[in-house]
Amino acid sequence: MEAQGQIQIQDLNAWFGTTQALYNINLEILPKHTTAIIGPSGCGKSTFVRCINRMHETLPNTRVSGKVQIAELDVYGKGVSPVWVRRRVGMVFQKANPFPTMSIYDNVAAGLKLNGYSNRHELDKIVERSLRQAALWEEVKDYLKKKSGASLSGGQQQRLCIARALAVEPDVLLMDEPASALDPISTAKIEDLIFDLKQQYTVVIVTHNMQQAARVAEYTAFFLMGNLVEFDKTEKMFTKPSDKRTEDYITGRFG
Amino acid sequence: MVRREGLLSRAAGHNIQLHRRISNYVALGLITTAALIVTAPLFLILGTVIYNGVGGLSLDFFTHSPKPPGEPGGGMANAIVGSLMILGIASLIGLPLGVGSGVYLAEYGRDKYGNIVRFTADVLNGVPSIVMGIAAYALVVLIQGHFSMLAGSIALGIMMIPIIARTTEEVLLLVPHTIREAALGLGIPQWRTVVSVVLPSAMSGVVTGIMLAFARIAGETAPLLFTALGNQFWNLDVNRPTAAMPLQIYVYALSAYDDWHQLAWTGALVLIGIIVITTVFFRFATSRGVKEAG
Repeated sequence: MEAQGQIQIQDLNAWFGTTQALYNINLEILPKHTTAIIGPSGCGKSTFVRCINRMHETLPNTRVSGKVQIAELDVYGKGVSPVWVRRRVGMVFQKANPFPTMSIYDNVAAGLKLNGYSNRHELDKIVERSLRQAALWEEVKDYLKKKSGASLSGGQQQRLCIARALAVEPDVLLMDEPASALDPISTAKIEDLIFDLKQQYTVVIVTHNMQQAARVAEYTAFFLMGNLVEFDKTEKMFTKPSDKRTEDYITGRFG
Repeated sequence: MVRREGLLSRAAGHNIQLHRRISNYVALGLITTAALIVTAPLFLILGTVIYNGVGGLSLDFFTHSPKPPGEPGGGMANAIVGSLMILGIASLIGLPLGVGSGVYLAEYGRDKYGNIVRFTADVLNGVPSIVMGIAAYALVVLIQGHFSMLAGSIALGIMMIPIIARTTEEVLLLVPHTIREAALGLGIPQWRTVVSVVLPSAMSGVVTGIMLAFARIAGETAPLLFTALGNQFWNLDVNRPTAAMPLQIYVYALSAYDDWHQLAWTGALVLIGIIVITTVFFRFATSRGVKEAG
């Protein structure tokens, strides 16, 4: 059965030049759940999520092999454009990156507008809906078109980026350490948000912070040196991990 | 023992402090002098041009074409219009090609072909302007069979390309990679990302490059000598020889008549004025839009 937003990964390998970053990853991510990717720095967790929406290949000298399937879409299939894939898979990056020359409204509408969508009435509705979903509407509704996206605070900018990703109605939302540059209050807001988002979206979140993984994700995958060590329900991972290395990591013995 | 060491080092420290203070003042004095020497010529030139040129400013200067020497009231109206037309046509050539190749170099040109283009642009930038004039003479004037405004515009337009291309490339590379990633991550195609996201973020830098190129060619005389040639009369036809301010200034400055010398000074002042006004206008016109805050 292929449900909307289900991600299947088979034998995924990824390289930077001659350095291999991921080794034979096999993983199935359930739709409308949140899956956390944890592991020490440099273990390949960012590379892993960037392979799901084909962002890995935008860096020079990179290569990917293996299969990624999102519902019926074969991400690396012949004739599949990375542009189509990215319209269905939203991404939120570590550092909030609103478009500096655009207003708040245009930032949220960018994914639609720049792809040729121009129904003003619909755009207004989508912008409002996306900002509400990202819990930012109340804070910015009075100056949507007056203020630049870059004029917001760090936490607001990150929620703006989430709204921007949601506006194109993706099936999957990838988040690459979305709260690592934010203070605890902003982090809590983002985490609440992730909790709500999984009602509608498949969320994959990369995090350094194991408490965060425990708070937001039903499933957790532990990566180490480019290998997937363990993948299980978060509760089980954090109480009875089956692999010694997972236990060492989550108890803080290394990493 | 300990105390003596302390005293000694304190005494030495005092000397070192004095020594440092002196060398600080010397160094500061040297770099301040260097800075003054750099700015002095600019103010000397501006001062001289204004001092000698202001006297000749009159309505006639902007509304009349040249008159024979000795006859009062001649102006440079035809040269002003000629220069503006030449600069306009040159910009039509240099601006799209310069910005286009700059975008190519920054966004796609990370390969061997890009390096060839980059190297060619740098060489082109270093070609003496008189050579550019000769090239336009051979390629346009000889083929057309006569001197023309078009030939001058082409020579100047080609001179604009490498300046605009290299500054455009440099400022586009300053746009953070994260901004590009954000756009690509939304499923926006790369060309659209460049046009609608990256280029607007770097707009003020791109405009600076365009203005640099514009100011550079606005005063060029050598490339116009064998192309636009110059003209004592009105001409609005791109296919005919045309007056241009640098040419007119050159001819008048070398003449034997005092009132023509006066016109040359005033012409120089007006030419500088046109460059300053155009630069300020474009900077103002392109700096509007959403205000950016920290």
